[in-house]
Amino acid sequence: MPEMQHVILKKEKFDYFIKSLARQSRLIAPVSRGHNSFSFQEVHDSRDIALKYIPTILPPKKYFMPQQETFLEYDKTAGENMQGIIEYDDYILFGVHTCDLAGIQALNVVFRDPPKDINYLYKKNHIRIIGLECNDYCDAHASCALMKNHLPMGGYDLFFTDLGGYYFVHINTDSGEKIIEHSGCFDRAETSHHKQLQELRDKKKEIFTKEVDIDYSDISSLFERAYDCRVWEELGEKCLACGNCTNVCPTCYCFDIVDEVNLDLTTGRRYRVWDSCQSEPFARIAGQENLRENRSERQRHRFYRKFSYQVEKYFRYFCTGCGRCSRTCMAGIDLKETLKAIIGEVGSN
Amino acid sequence: MKKAIVKDSEYIIKKGRILHAKQLTSLERFYEIILPDGESLKHEPGQFVQVSLFGVGEAPISISSSPTKYGSFDLVVRTVGRFTSVLNRLKPGDEVGIRGPFGRGFPVRVLEGNDILFVAGGIGIVPLRSLINYVIDNRRDFGKVSILFGCKTPGDILFSEEFDEWGRRLDLEFECTVDKGDPDWKGNVGLITGLIPEVSLVPSKTFAIVCGPPVMYRFVIAELLKKQIPERHIFLSLENHMKCGLGKCGHCQINDFYCCKDGPVFSYDEIKNKKEAY
Repeated sequence: MPEMQHVILKKEKFDYFIKSLARQSRLIAPVSRGHNSFSFQEVHDSRDIALKYIPTILPPKKYFMPQQETFLEYDKTAGENMQGIIEYDDYILFGVHTCDLAGIQALNVVFRDPPKDINYLYKKNHIRIIGLECNDYCDAHASCALMKNHLPMGGYDLFFTDLGGYYFVHINTDSGEKIIEHSGCFDRAETSHHKQLQELRDKKKEIFTKEVDIDYSDISSLFERAYDCRVWEELGEKCLACGNCTNVCPTCYCFDIVDEVNLDLTTGRRYRVWDSCQSEPFARIAGQENLRENRSERQRHRFYRKFSYQVEKYFRYFCTGCGRCSRTCMAGIDLKETLKAIIGEVGSN
Repeated sequence: MKKAIVKDSEYIIKKGRILHAKQLTSLERFYEIILPDGESLKHEPGQFVQVSLFGVGEAPISISSSPTKYGSFDLVVRTVGRFTSVLNRLKPGDEVGIRGPFGRGFPVRVLEGNDILFVAGGIGIVPLRSLINYVIDNRRDFGKVSILFGCKTPGDILFSEEFDEWGRRLDLEFECTVDKGDPDWKGNVGLITGLIPEVSLVPSKTFAIVCGPPVMYRFVIAELLKKQIPERHIFLSLENHMKCGLGKCGHCQINDFYCCKDGPVFSYDEIKNKKEAY
């Protein structure tokens, strides 16, 4: 095995490394916001970073597909004139958990699917990603083992695993290697380090077990039988249609397109803004028709986009198991409990 | 934040200039549009474009003319909301933004050589007109062609001059009905479903092309199936609020289909089990 792919970073050099990242690019990492909540924010110093964190309020998708994103600037002085633009920045995201790496990978597939979304792809190519392994569960809302996202499955330039006195680092790409070279504070990974990593991974097999009693490969067929389940009515009765679940979801990407007129009334911009299939007007069409008028239909739609519809289109589950939707729901709608209720109604296979 | 200027974004509009405009009814307005340098839209019958007015927004509008008409294309816009209210005040010479064409149109090459039964309800005639005129312009490439049209009152008939022309032609069978007549109305009165049993057709070589309000589909399809037309021979154009037109924004999603990309034209076979479809 070529040893160049694995290096270690001693913890006493961590602060030096972080400062070197911050010099290379805008550096984004998880930061504590108090009350056991965290967010990805710009940092300059290792003391700003929350290395033990539960999934951030918003996933890192906000750097790939910001809440608002301008794609045209227009000027009506002499007709419908415009130019296409991309707003972007160079970022290094540090400390991205494996669930969120899976979320970014899902979005990559969506926006790369023709017709390509060049605003997304251009931004993505200006972002470098350093992953961070979860050695244990963040909290009880997660279902990352069920979704097979508790172990690294690519989607990063570098991947860090905390092994006590040092970080074990997988170099996955050339731009990851450049980060390592640039910082100059890494050491070779020895056999003993590899052994310690393997011990952690073995231990994780004991810790991370599927959180709902169904096999990964049976989930999409579960949803073939779940369309008329009573549980959708129950969710519909609880749901407040606030859209929190879709806003915090790492794989929700629905949007609306809006024009904003400047005060001169002739120039302005056209931008996309996050939208939610949970809001009543989302699927309203001309006339009085609405494809999903009831909250139960809209909740069902959300679950089907995670476990069925997008799976057929993009050959992957669009639930990462991060647990954000359950954590944030004001009405107590819980993803794992919903899956259990469906299994209770139609069986697990 | 840095800014890059791009020329190949899918959101970039082409400037369309209104060549002719005509009020068809109190709600519907007809536009003939040309692109810069007379560039062709290169659409298939049944596709749609996104029409844009900066500062107001964008809306998906069916293309109403056949691709056999070169140099310009037709749209018919019904005033239903804020955007269409502004759009329907435009005059010849005004500019609109155009993106597209988008979506999967009618399967014209599958239809060639076969008999075609068009069933249009109300403004459903707008997208169907693109295919009807395509068939007329390539008339000998198709078998027997029948057109059934129904709407609420005689005042809702959009293309009365073209209807008269279709009615005069020997190579078309054209029937028109209204739900409620007026003293001057001499034609059929009743629902469009009442016209279907009268049509003589060979089910195995007939394709039915249906477009109308969602409520019409269920009843029309039932009548077509009674005539033994195979499910794969029935095509519908679904109305929906496509926002991006690119299969991304999620607004036009019907179960696992994106109306803007997988449709707006579907065979009945494809959507009969999609519970959100109609």
